Amino acid sequence: MAIVMKELTKQFKDRTAVDHLSLTIEKGEFFALLGQNAAGKTTTIKMLSCLLTPTSGDAWMNGDSIVEKLEAVKQKINLSPQETAVAPNLSVKENLEFIAAIYGFNKRDALKKSAEMMERFGLTNRAESRAKTLSGGLQRRLSVAMAMISNPEILFLDEPTLGLDVRARRDLWEILLSLKGKMTIVLTTHYLEEVEALADRVGILHNGKLHALGTSEELKQQTGQATLEDVFLQLTEEQ
Amino acid sequence: MRMLTFAQRNRKEILRDPITLLFGILLPIIIMWLFSIMQKNMPIDLYSIENLTPGVVVFSFSFITLFSGMLLGKDKSTSFLTRIFASPMTATDFIVGYTLPLLPVAILQIVICFISAFVLDLPFNISVIISFIVLIIISFLYIGFGILLGTLLTDKQVGGAFAIFVNLSAWLSGTWFELDMIGGTFKTFSYLLPFAHARDATRATLAGEYGDLVVPLLWVIGYTIVIYFIAISGFKKKMKG
Repeated sequence: MAIVMKELTKQFKDRTAVDHLSLTIEKGEFFALLGQNAAGKTTTIKMLSCLLTPTSGDAWMNGDSIVEKLEAVKQKINLSPQETAVAPNLSVKENLEFIAAIYGFNKRDALKKSAEMMERFGLTNRAESRAKTLSGGLQRRLSVAMAMISNPEILFLDEPTLGLDVRARRDLWEILLSLKGKMTIVLTTHYLEEVEALADRVGILHNGKLHALGTSEELKQQTGQATLEDVFLQLTEEQ
Repeated sequence: MRMLTFAQRNRKEILRDPITLLFGILLPIIIMWLFSIMQKNMPIDLYSIENLTPGVVVFSFSFITLFSGMLLGKDKSTSFLTRIFASPMTATDFIVGYTLPLLPVAILQIVICFISAFVLDLPFNISVIISFIVLIIISFLYIGFGILLGTLLTDKQVGGAFAIFVNLSAWLSGTWFELDMIGGTFKTFSYLLPFAHARDATRATLAGEYGDLVVPLLWVIGYTIVIYFIAISGFKKKMKG
């Protein structure tokens, strides 16, 4: 198992954002976490990537606890946050090399990896452009490339295609599809067609609790709905 | 190595936004010239270049507080810091990484202020070189204040806090007037803060009165340690959400 969550809980004052979440994700699996706004998706990702300390419970990332072995976990994971996360005054190449270096790559390997990422993400012709001069779509691509440059064992993508146009979204899907099986990927998104195109399994969070788990087809069969959107609406309907 | 990589990134961010940097270097020079002109028309020896130089250099360090605070505040306002919080970097890597690139800026400010002072008849001697070293130590205090402000506030709030900070550090350091002229509670309060001690340490060194250097420098170093301790603790807290 790549990720094992046991009773993972996060409480903010009087609000429980994630409520005793227990879930396992296989190595190499592409897992999509769905939910309405404030369902607890980002809080879950933040806890798994050591950005938030759980109120109770624990999770193990390829065997290391997010509560007890933060340093070991941080070396294994990488994250593309919900908002574009680039250093605005650094060039595309410098942004990529910077992330490679802080994950321990030497200069030669950082250069090689950044060239590889620029090629894969179609950023080579903008290598010397400062990140702040790129369009929103290209910034987003750079942000995702920065998450992948460290060759993480586990990659968290928090709404990676938010704000992208159709073509840019499809381009990013192709890149993500090419990674399937090579690393464990946890994706959060509001685009259900994205989930159907990319994810091996889906978990639906509602009010911090896991309401459903399975492949898209399994969820459709379980609920008797024809589309994933209908499944989602049924499972997240307020009582 | 991570802290050096991060320091390199921060150096680039600072140098590629040169207008603020230029302002922080030019303003102290202008102030030094203006006060020297005022001194020429004054009956008392209030703004002699030997008295003025230490205050102005220390005052110029307030801009380092602005640079470090704004840099950290800006990083905090974007998801960039979230990304690197999830990386293997530690709180110490971050604080050292934000501190190191500001040292060359401090050195540049000291050099430029002293060159201006030499033009305005400050004599060059060994005390200038020792003052240079003392000022580098003092610059850590101002970098620390910036990191603390950046840790606690957003980039927009840092701008407002800087306006208060620059006034506090100028008025309470005795840069513009001797604190003895006012005395009383004002002077007592001023000496509870590190700014007047920073000016006194530099002034004593520049005057070659090294015996008077120890106490004010200890105040400055003590404050620097406390400020960095609070900044690192605050940063660790931020890293854990």
